[in-house]
Amino acid sequence: MKLDRLRGNAKAKRHNARTIAALTGNPGCARRSVLDAAGIDKVKLAERIGFPGSFGQSRFALARGNAFEAMLKADDCALLRSVLDVGVVDYQDLGEDADDTLTARHDRTRSLLASATSALIDHPLLTLSVAGQTVFLEPDLIAFQSEGRLRVVEIKSFAVVDDQADAAKVSAAAVQAAVYVLALRELLGEDRVSHEVVLVCPENFSLEPVAVLLDVRKQLSTLRRQLSRLASVPSLIDALPDSVSFDEALPVSSLLASLAEVSARYVPECLSSCEMSVYCRDEASGSTAALGRSVRESLGGVETVALALDLSTGAASPTPDQEEAAALLRAAARLRQEALS
Amino acid sequence: MSTLVALARAQAFAAGRAQPIATVRHLHVHDHPFVVIPLAMAGEANAPLAAMVGAAPDDPRLLVVAQPRNRAERFAFADALAGALVPYLTSFAGDTEAVAVDRGRDVRHRFVDAPQVWVPNTGGVDFLRLFGRSTRFRRVDGEYPVPPTVPLLGQWLTFLAGASEVPGSSLLLNAVQALGLHWATGQSGAEDAHLGSLLAWIESGAAAAREAESGPVAGPATDPDFDNRVLAPLISDGDPALTPVLRELLLPTWQRMWRTLALLRTLPAGERVAGRWDSDRDSYSSFVEHLAESGLPQPRRDGAVAAAARLQRLENAATRYAVQRAFDDPLVMAEYRLAGVAFGGVVTLANPDRVDDTGKRPVLRPRIMVATTETLRIEAGATLTSPARPAQKAKVISVTRTETGWDVLLELSGGMGRKLMAEPGTVPAVGEKLLLTTLSEAYRPGAAFPEPAETPWTHGGPPEPYSDPAQPDDDQPD
Repeated sequence: MKLDRLRGNAKAKRHNARTIAALTGNPGCARRSVLDAAGIDKVKLAERIGFPGSFGQSRFALARGNAFEAMLKADDCALLRSVLDVGVVDYQDLGEDADDTLTARHDRTRSLLASATSALIDHPLLTLSVAGQTVFLEPDLIAFQSEGRLRVVEIKSFAVVDDQADAAKVSAAAVQAAVYVLALRELLGEDRVSHEVVLVCPENFSLEPVAVLLDVRKQLSTLRRQLSRLASVPSLIDALPDSVSFDEALPVSSLLASLAEVSARYVPECLSSCEMSVYCRDEASGSTAALGRSVRESLGGVETVALALDLSTGAASPTPDQEEAAALLRAAARLRQEALS
Repeated sequence: MSTLVALARAQAFAAGRAQPIATVRHLHVHDHPFVVIPLAMAGEANAPLAAMVGAAPDDPRLLVVAQPRNRAERFAFADALAGALVPYLTSFAGDTEAVAVDRGRDVRHRFVDAPQVWVPNTGGVDFLRLFGRSTRFRRVDGEYPVPPTVPLLGQWLTFLAGASEVPGSSLLLNAVQALGLHWATGQSGAEDAHLGSLLAWIESGAAAAREAESGPVAGPATDPDFDNRVLAPLISDGDPALTPVLRELLLPTWQRMWRTLALLRTLPAGERVAGRWDSDRDSYSSFVEHLAESGLPQPRRDGAVAAAARLQRLENAATRYAVQRAFDDPLVMAEYRLAGVAFGGVVTLANPDRVDDTGKRPVLRPRIMVATTETLRIEAGATLTSPARPAQKAKVISVTRTETGWDVLLELSGGMGRKLMAEPGTVPAVGEKLLLTTLSEAYRPGAAFPEPAETPWTHGGPPEPYSDPAQPDDDQPD
């Protein structure tokens, strides 16, 4: 299969909610879509070609996250039950992350969810269709089923202080939760899964949990739209020349040549979400997009920094659809010069 | 982002050096500022790991929490930070000056100077705000007492963090924002958030900036890799090497902070900067007074009336700050000219003695014609002012298209003396170059809000009287 050839002998990296969220953050990027579809280890690839990023997670943060979750789930989820106010219901753990039990766990998830019994269902194994492939999702989450309705419960260890939390963290959690809602809806149908998810976080400066409802309808519609854009990835992969491969065993020069065949759409936001970003930034150097979306727009959408500057000085003559941008740039250059002289 | 700043970024990229986007300094830089570089423990809710603090470049003081999850150590850190910072903050509560209020019918007093605290970035401001929140309600008696300095530090930090939200305030400043206000780099705003990289663009150029990216972070978040490789073993072993390691980590940022200050001092201060610092001294003075009187900690959330009043103060401050920056700095004004709400032109006709006698009393209303070649998005009826004559209003009578641009006919009022003859020089003469704008420095009266006790039921009714919220969300001793 073509995808396996792209990857070589390495083990395929599986998607999770975080990678799907990142993928849909920049759906126009063919490079990321292809690398992810082929399950390529982007951290290793970036290191191999000499552009390592730092995408580690602090062990302090992990330890706190685990401690918080363990505390909630201790004594048969006593604390979690009380903060969710769910009363006496069943708790079913579908088991730990492992490759060999995927199908079995997915079957169990499906039958359990279909049975519509009231229960807290931990580690369900879901599937989602991403870029023409069915991917397994192992949400670190609990689905709460009651009276046939399901609600996603996400446990996060960032603090909610005086009813407020870090906006970036909340929005990342909302997008991830939306991925799970979408996957659950694919399995069970639209009306069985609530668009309201429960976020369980520590409150203020303690480890006391607090549950907050988040409406993820907006994230859901964004995700749907962007996942549909990714549907064209298989044809993109088919169109790649046979020489393209990201097999770790290949020399750096051929890896770079392969990367050049799959175009990227670098924006500065990639730096915080994509392992390949340091390489793509280097490659995009000189483009206005590398300075940020708002800079690019303010420069009239002109592709390169050099052209924007040439238009501003009159060294380049604009094409008809650049006329307006060029006039603005010339006026800006004149005003800047006047104020600085 | 404005096209002018975007163009400056493009120019910076091409030149490999940061480019100026201001011709004057838009913030007050204190002769004796205090620098705080906080470092937080990853994963925890605002648990301090260390801070490098001090008021002199050659005298950094390092405060370290050897076991960040230990409550007692955390409050020992708060106590030490209070010991370094609070005496600095209160040292300006000495000499006062009288300020006329209510049109000279009354006077009030304010301190002749105020403190100024610098942190590296907005993350540093957020850290101080949350640290203020986690300490200001602490009890100095009862079951889990903390040193009395701790809640006082919390109130001061809350005050400073609140002030930093006011546009144009210089009580708590962050280096990244201060530099970004005056220079544009050839990289994205996201990359500018790294102080080392931003400063390198200004001091040495693009290559040095790339190199600085892999250098030590300016906090408050630490690098995950550093956490795992260096910090975790040191903390778990209780290794005394932790302090020198953190000192080495923070020193580059410490030096960058002082270099940032030196760099900003090379710019001349904008004309209206001193006026905004006066407002800062006002709010410092009233906070000192508050501490001396009731001394209650700031509430977790403002009540309805207080919140509405604060929002309006912030809006007024934002407008005032935007206008003042434009009036102080031709490069900022250029952004408004590009947008067509300000324009430069030449006076082509002037009738300085024109008197309007259609009303009850005759009034002096000179008219001038200004020709401009710039973009114009101004219509008849608008009121304009000129930074050169801020007390004078110019009403647009007509705007006429010409071959090269526009002719704008203006009727002037104010700023010409009390007689029916304009004082010499108060009416622009033919040939004079003039800048006119719809921006106005005019005083904006505050809205009337009810007393908090009169809060209507639509807004939740009168707020609850102060109650001590200290213990419920306290983290208990481990």
